[in-house]
Amino acid sequence: MPHIVCLVKQVPDPETPASQFKVDESAKKVIPAPGIQPTRSQFDTIGVEAALRIKDKLPDTTITVMSLGPDSFRDSIKHCLAMGADEGVHVNDPAINDGDHWQTAEVLAAAIKKLGAFDLIIAGRQAVDWDMGVVGSTIAEILGVPVVTIAKDVQMAGGKVTVERVLLDGFETVEASTPAVVTVSNELGEPRYPQLRQIMQAAKKEVKPWTLADIGISAPAPRVTLEALFIPDTSVATEVIEGDTAQEKAQKLAQRLHEAKLI
Amino acid sequence: MAGTLVFAEATEDGKLNPVTAELCGAAQKLGGDITVALLGKGVEGLAAAAGAYGAKKVIVVDDAQLETYLGDTYIQPAERIAKEVGADTILFAQTMMGRDLAPRLAARLGTAVAMDCTALTSEGGKMHAERPCFGGAAKARYSFTGTPAMATVRVKALEPAEAGASSAEVVKQDANIDAGKVRSKVTDRRKEKAEGVRLEDAKVVVSGGRGLGGPEGFQPLETLAGILGGAVGASRAVCDLGWYPVAAQVGLTGKVVTPDLYIAVGISGASQHMAGISSVKNIASVNKDPDAPIFKASRWAVVADAKEFVPAFIEEVKKVKAG
Repeated sequence: MPHIVCLVKQVPDPETPASQFKVDESAKKVIPAPGIQPTRSQFDTIGVEAALRIKDKLPDTTITVMSLGPDSFRDSIKHCLAMGADEGVHVNDPAINDGDHWQTAEVLAAAIKKLGAFDLIIAGRQAVDWDMGVVGSTIAEILGVPVVTIAKDVQMAGGKVTVERVLLDGFETVEASTPAVVTVSNELGEPRYPQLRQIMQAAKKEVKPWTLADIGISAPAPRVTLEALFIPDTSVATEVIEGDTAQEKAQKLAQRLHEAKLI
Repeated sequence: MAGTLVFAEATEDGKLNPVTAELCGAAQKLGGDITVALLGKGVEGLAAAAGAYGAKKVIVVDDAQLETYLGDTYIQPAERIAKEVGADTILFAQTMMGRDLAPRLAARLGTAVAMDCTALTSEGGKMHAERPCFGGAAKARYSFTGTPAMATVRVKALEPAEAGASSAEVVKQDANIDAGKVRSKVTDRRKEKAEGVRLEDAKVVVSGGRGLGGPEGFQPLETLAGILGGAVGASRAVCDLGWYPVAAQVGLTGKVVTPDLYIAVGISGASQHMAGISSVKNIASVNKDPDAPIFKASRWAVVADAKEFVPAFIEEVKKVKAG
């Protein structure tokens, strides 16, 4: 009976308009935009989709959704349960909820060990808040299992996982023995959206609340310090090309680019 | 050893990847001795070139087993070299190799890595790494609590070092790959698109987004790119929709491009797209929406429908070209 653990993070909505995206430079934190709810990190729900596609073929697969963060993260776990995952684990401890990437990986690896045997851990290629892209690989190293990053297709059969990886100029197929970690990219496709019936069913699915004490570890020491967080100034002097018709604007732009010796 | 270990790379056609100069440029500014490590097959001949950017030593591992990048094989010599050199700082490029290998190496060395950095500074002899986050909407600067401090550096984000005469000592090492620790293998590899000017090398990039209205909207962009001797790019949205090949995707999860001129057609300018063109000085953008965020980063802004504008623009460019 295959067991897949999907790692899911909650993030500030990446569609937040630039005008409403603000940071508190002294606290080194993003200020939540009023009226905009946090959401699931997109690559992570794509990871749940990858797990569900495996479960579609191998129906006795169990999918555990695991998340590390404050109370609000429960909503993201519930969403993934409504997508079709079987059970949730919510690691929630003030001592670690704001940890760096190493701390996050260390705690998640310990929580996965406590869960027991697994065949596959699936994570997004990166969380869309910090965009670091290291937690999946770090967990693989801690657990001593192979990792295949940036997948667009994940198949599991006969003690191995077959992964299509996205390269800059094409694709490659990588086979790895299981248990393994796979990180997925947007090329895998859109995650399914839960039906109302599934949302109601998900209400009955269990989400285990775990603290560090429940896992049996203390908070690992951080390995980086965030020294500064700020919004870079990217604005440039913009000339709006005026004109009554597309034709006129096209002519003016071509002229400008020619004057600037760019064409 | 105080100093920096730089993981250089070779290109597929057997040259030294120019990002090596950028990594060594950063290492020079950080100070201390530079050691360059170069892993691959047929890379021994590149050792002198790799040492031409101020390195004291070049460690070359030239082995048939390293022909194709695979994490499980590359990590073995990489870990050995990193431990042997004992540098304060380790740098990779944010390439397919750096992305995959650096986090694994950091875990094995008991340290952390800051990914996709766009600036590295030395504060009291220790590296601080600055990098975009939140899809490029913010920047964060990190210091490291232990050693070595590790970073991957965004391609073309940093000033390359000037090549000089190489006085670096070249040391050859065997790959010594323990097959028992290789738990994965590449069974197939295919290129998606190889003709024309490479997106990363193009002087002009013409990119299309959802505002093109459909896959057919890319045809005129290809015509335009052809006339300008450039390449065609695409936003993640349209690649996800299947309008254009994934290999043309520009942005945080696609390619970083640095043309002299970037023409964005029907692209709103989501920060994750802007992350792929953050070093471009000249952006001309065309969008129906006068409030499209991309206009703020553009030198020239055209409020127009792509379907009407592009054919007219092609004719105008032809006239200009004809003199």
